[in-house]
Amino acid sequence: MRLSGWGRYPVLEARTHAPRDAAALRQLVATAPPLIARGNGRAYGDSAVHPAATVEMRRFDRMIAFDPASGQLVAEAGVLLADIIAAFLPRGWFPLVLPGTKFVTLGGAIAADVHGKNHHRDGSFRACVDWLEVMGPEGEVRRCSRQEDPALFDHTLGGMGLTGIVLRAALRLRPVETGWIRQTTVAAPSLAATMAALEAAEATYSAAWIDGFATGAGLGRGLVMLGEHALRADLPPGQAPFPAGPRRRLSVPLDLPHFALNRPGLRAANALYYRTGGRKAGSRLVGWDGHFHPLDALHGWNRLYGRRGLVQFQCVLPPARAEPGLAALLAETAGAGGGAFLAVLKRLGPQESAFSFPMEGYTLALDFPANERTLALLDRLDAIALAHGGRFYLAKDGRMSAATLRASDPRVEGFRAFREARGLTGRFRSAQSERLGL
Amino acid sequence: MRAPVLILGARSDIGRAVAHEFAARGHPLQLAARDAAGLEPDRADISLRHGVAVTLHEFDALATATHDAFVAGLPELPGIAVCAVGLMGRQEESERDIAAALRVMRSNYEGPAGILAVLANRFEARGSGTLVGISSVAGERGRAANYVYGSAKAGFTAFLSGLRNRLARRGVHVVTVLPGFVATRMTEGMALPPRLTAQPQDVARAIARAVERGRDVVHVRPVWRLVMAAIRAIPERIFKRMRI
Repeated sequence: MRLSGWGRYPVLEARTHAPRDAAALRQLVATAPPLIARGNGRAYGDSAVHPAATVEMRRFDRMIAFDPASGQLVAEAGVLLADIIAAFLPRGWFPLVLPGTKFVTLGGAIAADVHGKNHHRDGSFRACVDWLEVMGPEGEVRRCSRQEDPALFDHTLGGMGLTGIVLRAALRLRPVETGWIRQTTVAAPSLAATMAALEAAEATYSAAWIDGFATGAGLGRGLVMLGEHALRADLPPGQAPFPAGPRRRLSVPLDLPHFALNRPGLRAANALYYRTGGRKAGSRLVGWDGHFHPLDALHGWNRLYGRRGLVQFQCVLPPARAEPGLAALLAETAGAGGGAFLAVLKRLGPQESAFSFPMEGYTLALDFPANERTLALLDRLDAIALAHGGRFYLAKDGRMSAATLRASDPRVEGFRAFREARGLTGRFRSAQSERLGL
Repeated sequence: MRAPVLILGARSDIGRAVAHEFAARGHPLQLAARDAAGLEPDRADISLRHGVAVTLHEFDALATATHDAFVAGLPELPGIAVCAVGLMGRQEESERDIAAALRVMRSNYEGPAGILAVLANRFEARGSGTLVGISSVAGERGRAANYVYGSAKAGFTAFLSGLRNRLARRGVHVVTVLPGFVATRMTEGMALPPRLTAQPQDVARAIARAVERGRDVVHVRPVWRLVMAAIRAIPERIFKRMRI
């Protein structure tokens, strides 16, 4: 069948399998390789697609055990973070790390070692994982943790599914008093102001929406959104501590024609959003879903970009070179590129890991419709990020070159060597890993 | 506390989905299937997610002689019983091999009707309860492509209709579910038209709503009412020559 990631670019003809149990999965690992596991298809590009065999893991969706003393949940890899929230938030528990969509599987969150708006304080998804069970190249299941086979643990978190198939994991949830977030919005009129606001932020959660069309003095202007879990005492009397189930979801019923999201319209919408956001600056209570996942409310929002799909560019730049680097990226985007449809800037904290994306610095994510002009622009953005010591997020990538990846990340050799040593290269491969020579 | 729900054929995709749906609405569950111990991961999953009590019970729909003892052995008589037992079989095999055909007939009619008959009598004696039978639109008219399965479902549909009629004034409600195509293990590998095909979760939601609202006959996708009305309206002289 024709398969792609969330961005719907690139689209590949792929054979898919949807095993129901470990025995069926073992059979596939023995007979079908090269193969790659796929969760809920939220990686943007070709990370979870292999033309020869793509293994859907959504049927491994059982929760196994929960320890209310430690907050440790053991669950199968196909469980969605949305399922975990639905089951445990009413009991006062919340994921420690939540990426920009709750519709990712546990296995996907581990493979991409996702980060949230609290990376600067709490680290990446890895921080909440106690142990993993991974099916290896011979179909054997191995448990790994920081103590037990730490090399497998390190390379699996952020390893993009290339170290085996994650079957189960134990993760820590954080206790919360309510499902509400005290959200504070600060308008920042320039890149320096946006970065300063993120730098000064003491809140648990912080991220900035950037006007991806602004140029000149307004380049990098944005709304910095800070969030803190609300305490019971913060709620007005009569307010239920846990917001009722997800809001009624709207969905995009069809692919919009490619001209529907047009640049003049979006430029105006971005400017309006910036101004109204600035006027509404201040503090208010919002539901967790609205704070973390404004886009999840619009089911199938990727269809807004039409049949050709969208691509996202996301890199992280080290602190010392972040400001000139971000300025160059935004200028290239808003100037020659004609603007990014969505732009988000976050501060990342220090990170230990073998191959995960995050490192200390600033990460910028830019959404574009997939077309020739965008692909040419992304090559130029790659070069700018490289020149400023940047690194690229593989979960968002569907088009980067192997040379760019190698130039950006000295860890590629080590990752590749680990794969060779464990006999993984022949078995576990994605379209992305083949493109990038991983 | 909400009424306990007994799910017969709890390992099937629809049975599992029905279990999650009722658990999410706060009902404790009794899951019944062959090799019930193998359902332990599902038991743990459902009780973790929804915070309800879930028990496992060994049940063989075809061992009709054991049905009385099975019901007597439940920790309590359920308020709602959903029968998701069924077997599609392969039509060509059912044509060649009468033993295979009988297995399909017994799995879709004799077994489900047998266990619901036992439960019906107990519900009637208590004066309350809801029985849900998952039948099939395939029972609405026999077609060359699956008439063995369809004939058993036709029998089951008629049984449910009669049971409903008998118990209507005795406080017991009977729901007939006609799902149409559902994407399950049973239909895996078949090319199903997406617009006519429901997910197991859709079937489960339709069942829970039908139980709460006291509906009698529910189609999961309303379009099936039209499709089947059209199929039933075709004169037999024409129908018998069609490949449908």
